[in-house]
Amino acid sequence: MTGESGSGPESGGDPPGDGSIRAVFADMFGRIERSDVLIVATAMVAVYTLFMIFVLLRLGITTGTPNAIASAWRELTFLFAAYAMLALALNLHWGYTGLFNIGVAGFMAVGVYTMALLSTSPDAVSGQGLGLPLPIGVIGGMIAAALVGLVAAVPALRVRADYFAIVTLGLSEIIRLSLNSRTLSDWTRDRFGFATGGGSGIDLPARPTDALFDTAAGEALIDLFVVRIGGEEVTLVAASVIRRFTWALVMLGIMIGFYWLLRRIGYSPFGRVLKSIREDELVAQSLGKDTRIFKIKVFMLGCALMGLGGILWQGSQGFVSPDSFRPIVTFYVFVAVIIGGSGSNTGSVVGALFFVSLLFLAPRRIGGIVDARLDLIDAPGTFAGAADPLVSVFNAEPMLAYTIDNISALQFILLGIVLILIVQNRPDGIMGHRTETAAAVDLNRPNRGEEDE
Amino acid sequence: MGIVKHTITNRPSTDALVVGFVAVVGGALLLDLLARFAAIEIPLLWGITFGGQTTLASFASLLWSGIVVGLIFGLAGIGLSMTYSILNFANFSHGDLLTTGAFTGWGAALLVAGWGLADVGYLLTVRAGSGPGPTEIGASIVSAPLAVAIGALVAASLTVAVALAIDRTVYKPMRDRGGIALLIASIGVALILRYVIQFIYGSRNRGITSTEGVRRDVLGVSVNLHDLTLVIIAVSLMVAMHLLLQRTKLGKAMRAMADNKDLALVTGIPTERVVQATWVLGAGLAGISGYLYVLERGTAEFNIGWFLLLFIFAAVILGGIGSIYGAIAGGLVIGLVHEVSLIWIPSDFNAAAAFAIMILVLLYRPEGIFAGVSTA
Repeated sequence: MTGESGSGPESGGDPPGDGSIRAVFADMFGRIERSDVLIVATAMVAVYTLFMIFVLLRLGITTGTPNAIASAWRELTFLFAAYAMLALALNLHWGYTGLFNIGVAGFMAVGVYTMALLSTSPDAVSGQGLGLPLPIGVIGGMIAAALVGLVAAVPALRVRADYFAIVTLGLSEIIRLSLNSRTLSDWTRDRFGFATGGGSGIDLPARPTDALFDTAAGEALIDLFVVRIGGEEVTLVAASVIRRFTWALVMLGIMIGFYWLLRRIGYSPFGRVLKSIREDELVAQSLGKDTRIFKIKVFMLGCALMGLGGILWQGSQGFVSPDSFRPIVTFYVFVAVIIGGSGSNTGSVVGALFFVSLLFLAPRRIGGIVDARLDLIDAPGTFAGAADPLVSVFNAEPMLAYTIDNISALQFILLGIVLILIVQNRPDGIMGHRTETAAAVDLNRPNRGEEDE
Repeated sequence: MGIVKHTITNRPSTDALVVGFVAVVGGALLLDLLARFAAIEIPLLWGITFGGQTTLASFASLLWSGIVVGLIFGLAGIGLSMTYSILNFANFSHGDLLTTGAFTGWGAALLVAGWGLADVGYLLTVRAGSGPGPTEIGASIVSAPLAVAIGALVAASLTVAVALAIDRTVYKPMRDRGGIALLIASIGVALILRYVIQFIYGSRNRGITSTEGVRRDVLGVSVNLHDLTLVIIAVSLMVAMHLLLQRTKLGKAMRAMADNKDLALVTGIPTERVVQATWVLGAGLAGISGYLYVLERGTAEFNIGWFLLLFIFAAVILGGIGSIYGAIAGGLVIGLVHEVSLIWIPSDFNAAAAFAIMILVLLYRPEGIFAGVSTA
């Protein structure tokens, strides 16, 4: 994960437009350096292989292995797409415009809950919505998140960066506490006919892709993974996994849409003003740009994207409660952006991938492997119980078992260490050090650089 | 860097607006409160009424708990305010320093109070696992005052040790970096501290202090002695901080550094030593306030400090970052808002009310409501 990724062959170019896949890519992404696609693809292959190895190490090769691999990949894809979307949105705030927003979870919550209040059926078990069609809910959620962003941004943008951070964190906690309130929920139910359900959460509309599996095509897809081995029908990948995997792939597609959108914004005149605000706001003002309007616009756009990201992620699981929007989620997204390097869209995607795979999911997987393979003794219930044999008879096994049992705590500790190490040693992340050209035309056209020298 | 940037806003007019708003809202609430004392209730729109029923006694008890909680916010806020003004960053791990103090301190206190009742590991890890209950161990100011005192000292000293170690490894290599980089690093520190504590002490919310015989009549008023202990210790520490900052050379050096770091360096102030002293004082107070917070509420879990962090920020911001008197006053205001607001709003919203006040102050009066008395 060192610097060489950035100095890739950005200028090496084949003539585009011969109908090949590569040309389609070039068409789709416009000016993306092909190296960026390569970086993301390589990282993805590496990570997906790693997770396959994890499953193989744990289970060995059995008839259940394909399903376990698919399930692991499903989880990975789902969280990767979710965090990449949020990281891209945050990168628009922080990386492009320098707005240090640590209220991501709050804006997600506004998006998800507005969607739920609009689209959940009125006779849901927990919470109560208006039962409007899902697209209205999704668009409403994005608009609501953008409007809350507007309300926050108009007064907050004039304060210092660290004050802005505290304001956004406070706002996200106010949002979470309000959604958590049973009193508010009961009040809106009696008066307006919708309710958040308070701390017990709210039911959500079904994933739109699930409808696909009621059709013949969906059933054919499920049957594709049922094979006959020795006259016996074996389900390689369970239908539930396929269902959820399909949704994860849809999210991945939308994430690419996010990337494309932010790429376009970054290269537009609008994006150039944003970058100039980040570098030196006074210069941008001197050049006649009303930087406040730009900041407000970009803040609203980023919040809308955070709302959408939240809807696709937390809003796609049938149920959501305010606990899903604790500040820790914001910090996760931050870690993803910081790993990738703020200011780089590709970095945000790669950062999200590494965060989800190596920091978020891998520790638990490794713990599971150790647990399954080493046949450890029962873990002691407390640290004292584990430390005592270590100190008195130098028996490390109880401590190891205790550690594996508490791997989730270690995971957070690891996260903290990584965060500190990156900020100390590589504040630009993996890709933030790359200079992004602000020019609208490609300055790296083949052969051009050499002629100039 | 540390100076609040005044951008192109018309400050006097917003000031007048804010003062007017506060006056109107405050006046309305006061009238409402008086109506409540008189048990007058006038129904308004949407089931909301003017006035209602609040007895003087319940108001007084809310006021008292507001002061108690406020002193915790203020005491912890002093440290946060000092690191903010001298090291120039918002320390997001300050809340977890409170937790560190709470657990290490109560580990020691339980060990002393419950010596022989259970094995050392159980007591040191603050009742992780199964064993005798809090009443059996009897850690309270009545039955084991020595244990409580030792616990407070251990809380302060171990928290200081942890903070100095963190400063050395994390913040020292980053001294010349901007506030945002340090803020991010402090989030990392907060995660490490919180989950090391969870790893060692477990994630269970456990009862710690014994409340037997703690409620006594003092001068005819029924008082919780734990609350009283908290108030006495907190106030004396605050006075001690005041004397230290105003009367000693160290205090002068700290104030100089908060004011202008480069100038302090040029004048020959050993800035690195002052930074260390800042951590010692700030972390010591944080550790003790975490410890006292648990004394008051009787239970602890690994994220109590994190939950307190935003309130402490609110206190510091309200009083004006950099001023310890501001932090104390801000802490009392936030504590009172947190408790007394229960008269008007349901209990799910009193925390939100405190945060809302913090946001409003940050937006409209970032120099704090007591601007002008910045003294370290």
